[in-house]
Amino acid sequence: MNGPAVDTQSPLTRLATLGSPRSRAWRDVREFLIRVTLIACTSFSLVVTALIIAILAFESARFFAEVSLAEFLLTTEWSPLLGESKSFGIWPLVAGTLLVTLVAAVFALPVGLITAIYLSEYAPSRVRSILKPVLEVLAGIPTVVYGFFAVIIIAPSLQSISKFFLGESIFGAYSAAAAGIAVGIMILPIVTSLSEDALRAVPRGLRDSAYALGSTRFDTSVRVVVPGALGGIMASYLLAITRAIGETMIVALAAGGLAQLTILPWDSVQTMTGYMVLSFLGDAPATGVEYKSSFAVAGVLFLLTLGLTLTGYRILARFREEYE
Amino acid sequence: MNPANRTDLGTLVELGTPRRQSRRRLLDRTFLIACILVTTIGVLLLGVLLTSILIQGLPGLSWDFILQYTSRDPSLAGIRAPLLGSIWVGGICAIVALPIGVATAVYLEEFASKNRITSFIRLNISNLAGVPSIVYGILGLTLFVRMFGLFGSAQAPAFEIGGDVYAIYYDTNGEAIRYPVSARDEIPEVATGDVGYVEEVEQAANGDLIFTNRWMPVSLTVIPEGEEATPAIGALEAWSVEEPADFEVVRPWYYLQFPFGQSVLAGGLTLMLVVLPIVIISSQEALRSVPMSLRTGSLAIGATRWQTTSKVTLPAAIPMIMTGAILAMSRAIGEAAPILVLGVALFITDVPSTVMDDFTVLPMQIYNWTNRWQEEFRNLAATGIIVLLATLLLFNAVAVLIRQKLQRPLQ
Repeated sequence: MNGPAVDTQSPLTRLATLGSPRSRAWRDVREFLIRVTLIACTSFSLVVTALIIAILAFESARFFAEVSLAEFLLTTEWSPLLGESKSFGIWPLVAGTLLVTLVAAVFALPVGLITAIYLSEYAPSRVRSILKPVLEVLAGIPTVVYGFFAVIIIAPSLQSISKFFLGESIFGAYSAAAAGIAVGIMILPIVTSLSEDALRAVPRGLRDSAYALGSTRFDTSVRVVVPGALGGIMASYLLAITRAIGETMIVALAAGGLAQLTILPWDSVQTMTGYMVLSFLGDAPATGVEYKSSFAVAGVLFLLTLGLTLTGYRILARFREEYE
Repeated sequence: MNPANRTDLGTLVELGTPRRQSRRRLLDRTFLIACILVTTIGVLLLGVLLTSILIQGLPGLSWDFILQYTSRDPSLAGIRAPLLGSIWVGGICAIVALPIGVATAVYLEEFASKNRITSFIRLNISNLAGVPSIVYGILGLTLFVRMFGLFGSAQAPAFEIGGDVYAIYYDTNGEAIRYPVSARDEIPEVATGDVGYVEEVEQAANGDLIFTNRWMPVSLTVIPEGEEATPAIGALEAWSVEEPADFEVVRPWYYLQFPFGQSVLAGGLTLMLVVLPIVIISSQEALRSVPMSLRTGSLAIGATRWQTTSKVTLPAAIPMIMTGAILAMSRAIGEAAPILVLGVALFITDVPSTVMDDFTVLPMQIYNWTNRWQEEFRNLAATGIIVLLATLLLFNAVAVLIRQKLQRPLQ
């Protein structure tokens, strides 16, 4: 390139140098190679999905060759690791998972939404600048720490609270409630930050109109902003519930390991993930029916979370169109 | 949205509210108080969580705890192996996940046209982000640890790159003797005059014996049956040379085996699967935040797509991509479930030195300690959590520094 000295700092000038027709053919080849590399990387995510489905399907098929689908879906006893009489009815595990998730949801969904409303509609910017980082810290804590918290703090607290009110403790050292509360704390930042995003996405004009009609901030929040952001809030709920269902370390530590069909939160339960931990922990032989059973359980877990995620994104997609 | 303006408007509205609406104002106030109370719960919980861990764990925190290996005796147990294991695994995870993740995001945001296939890929990535990490553990177990059972077991792998195999015998002195062989299942014929290797032992100043990692050659003598054996280094009784007591593979740094077994590499790659969707999604958001005018400007002066991406878009998006990458890596370091499924040993007293070595990670060790009944081990778990959280904090701090260095105004 001839001509006056150019300012090489500017990216655009640098590009102009690069774009000179020195070797257009090589440039095209390079462009093609890069595109191929990028496509290869992108297809990797498809390969991962395909492998997950293939492995779960293949191993589950081997499991169902030994245990009938009817026993898996229609009986209600799960005791695969106990010597002679093995039974493989999935429902106690599903019930355990749902019970823990329910406890978590009862705690985290309202608290998360109200916190989000406070952050988005009420909080002065100074409070926001403190609360947002706190929530980020909560979101960054590894789940095994919540598991520890559940075992060391939550479970004993539940025991002493029930002892105080009922005279005797109905909670054991392990209970669905202790695990559920810890899971709830874990998903709280997810609910809060996603709901807050949804609330803040509601156009300013809607709020102003409400104020102009004489609404208080409560009226505006509850009657205008929250309904306007309902799709996003629902999506945040579903994503949080998905995380709760798939949560492993908390339930492995705090829920106990008794697979029973129960709706009482003070009972010890086993979740789907909890069972998988138990069967994979240590070097289980890769041949037994109980080993294969954890793949079938993983298959159920995968389908459950897949369904929830898809529903969540469908709701989110519909909600996005509303204000565009 | 400007909160100051909104507050002013809100105040004005409330001032103008007639008295008969005071019930609504009361409701508004009550709701605000309820909001603040509920929000406090989150902050309070974080406070209780951190305080309880500090109270329980801080007394045990010392350099000894960080530098020592784990032990069955709680007062001697340390966290060295899991700490270094986490660093190894996190490093492998980052090296693989970040390039693939960013490349995928670049393709989807900068190169791909919007059609059915790409929107399917996007949906697929969102789904992958929602898959529980324990399911990725199962994928890692089948794909990396066992490799579908195609290459035999991890103990007797079908393919090995590098690595010297030794048969292990015990001489009359009780010392382990290494005898070089060519394969794991080869039973060598040991004869008098052959050369074996014995571990060098040094005596410390205080009289303790230190077992070194050096092996010195020793001439072997096979004592025939019936003859009396005197304890001597390198003297092997006839019955003991019939079959080696064990086989051992000495691994150079480039040692690789298929299947990977419960190795650092398998762990790192499994965590890569877990965090890949997070890296992709956050990188996509970063790229999307780069103003379109920068791209069109670059394309207008004749730059190709890749030139635009590598010289304009990516540099502008790097700070945000870094943020996402750090979040993803924090997630990887904190994950225990997928590593647990791989079946890694719970009691590791060695630091990995090649990618094929056994390992454990901080969250696994914490899980293991929490799961015990004894108070001492639970205290250890709390101390372990402090180390884990401090590692994450350090990691984030370094990342924030890097980000600030890279951050340049866009316009």
